[in-house]
Amino acid sequence: MERKLCKIAIASGKGGTGKTTLSVSLYQQLKDRFEGKIQLVDCDVEEPNDLLFFSSAKLISSRPVYQLIPEIDTGKCNFCRKCADYCEFNAIVVIPPAGFAEVNSSLCHSCGACLIACDQGAITEHPVSIGDISTYQSEAGDNLAEGKLKIGSAMQTMLIKELKKEDTAGLDMVIYDAPPGTSCPVVATVSDADYVVLVTEPTLFGLHDFKLMVELMRELKIPFGTVVNKAGLGDEEVYNYIRKEKIELLGKIPFNRDFASKYAKANLFSDIPGNILENLKKVADRIVDVICNEIEIPA
Amino acid sequence: MKEITILSGKGGTGKTSVTGALAALAESCVFCDNDVDAADLHLLFQPEVREEHSFASGLKSFIDISACTQCGICADHCRFEAIHVMENGEYVINPFQCEGCRLCERVCPAEAIRSEKSTNNAWYVSDSRFGQLVHARMAPGEENSGKLVTRVRKKAKELAKAEGADYIINDGPPGIGCSTIASLSGTDIVLVIIEPTMSGLHDAKRLVDLARTFQVLIFAVINKFDINLDITTVIEEYLKIEKISLLAKIPFDENMVKAMTVGKTIFEYRTDSEAGNQLKLVWNALKEASLTT
Repeated sequence: MERKLCKIAIASGKGGTGKTTLSVSLYQQLKDRFEGKIQLVDCDVEEPNDLLFFSSAKLISSRPVYQLIPEIDTGKCNFCRKCADYCEFNAIVVIPPAGFAEVNSSLCHSCGACLIACDQGAITEHPVSIGDISTYQSEAGDNLAEGKLKIGSAMQTMLIKELKKEDTAGLDMVIYDAPPGTSCPVVATVSDADYVVLVTEPTLFGLHDFKLMVELMRELKIPFGTVVNKAGLGDEEVYNYIRKEKIELLGKIPFNRDFASKYAKANLFSDIPGNILENLKKVADRIVDVICNEIEIPA
Repeated sequence: MKEITILSGKGGTGKTSVTGALAALAESCVFCDNDVDAADLHLLFQPEVREEHSFASGLKSFIDISACTQCGICADHCRFEAIHVMENGEYVINPFQCEGCRLCERVCPAEAIRSEKSTNNAWYVSDSRFGQLVHARMAPGEENSGKLVTRVRKKAKELAKAEGADYIINDGPPGIGCSTIASLSGTDIVLVIIEPTMSGLHDAKRLVDLARTFQVLIFAVINKFDINLDITTVIEEYLKIEKISLLAKIPFDENMVKAMTVGKTIFEYRTDSEAGNQLKLVWNALKEASLTT
């Protein structure tokens, strides 16, 4: 029987809690268990970092992603202003006496409403690059996909949605490394995940942003568990909250200066401190258990 | 009046802790949390809210099932794949995917779609021991954080003007997307907080490239510099090439974490610390720089 594709997302709310560390480490832990039919997908398109940890990975494919920006032909335009009225993002300026009609591309969401508004056939769309989607592989069998937002583009959510349309044929599992925050790019990353791992840290800021993520997961009705990173720093509040809210604690990763220094050098695959490796293995075991036995993966 | 914005590219490098430390040093200053989607500055400021305003981030569309003829025209037109057909043939709009463009409403021949403003977001004007703070709370999953950033910054400017403040200090968001773009536009000085990790440097470079497209003065701080001295050296070389002044190297200090855990700035937690001394250098340099911009 063919296995269904399982999708897990690693998210956090607060930045710098360890999403990338956990994503890369879990990928490494799960690679053999899924016989290499697993891909790490870096959805933090504003600041993608996963690739830094795979120094031998080679570029396999790369394609630009475009946003369609409308252009108004003032030769055909009758300056009725209907397109500007239809545009909910205030991206169109029409000044009839001046014969002026233009689209501000930085405000445009490429929704297509202005095209429907115009009955003069004066609006056409033109592609503008918002970033690239690339895939990488290494001889060790690593398989990565990454979205990279073009500097200056505000279309990160569109790029994430496009990244998630990449071909997953032959894969049994994908791990999405999410961007920080709780707004639309995070929703785009986690919305189709079968399970979400929320990484938090035992600090005031970590707990505050973790609560926001828990609220979001419950609204989206996605099953989730948590990993407390940098355990030993800060205080006990985050554990009290996890207990009170009956959230599954998948594991703790102790704060360890040597491990932090390994992360700094983008090396998470060799000489990992024993107690950290042990905890990572436990988290991986538990995730496999949840995926195989406790949640339903839709066909 | 000068506007100073703290940014980093990568999250968790210490933007809010540095902002808090500067707040303890700065006089005649209005503060503004530009990280509206995981706002944390108020946890340090513990402000008393003076005004609360709701913020309509955008529209969400809904289908009236009783009027819908299930023709599917709306779903064909929606470019955000937000309209779904249920097993029973009913059409529904996923509010998390809807961007509020109202195209579906306009093309629906049965007039079965209406749109409503989402007012889940709020922004606040508060008083604190450091001065006035403008901050916001975005409901999880909301759109348009850039617009909310623009809104809180506008208010901070009004307050600074009214009280004759010398500075606005903005605690910025991570990343380089729409909220960061909204944070950069019109600010005078950007302070980039870099941690000595490959990720920290990679992300700071992308942020600097973005900041270069705005008319801003850029300064840098290396936070937790002693976590990795080799990478700290690489960062110093990068900053030299880019002609960006490095204002300070802050050591990793557990007192910074402990101070944050109890909602205090480093200066309120420890009167004398190396991290604190470095942060004083940062503030003095920023003050001096703001005279010349």
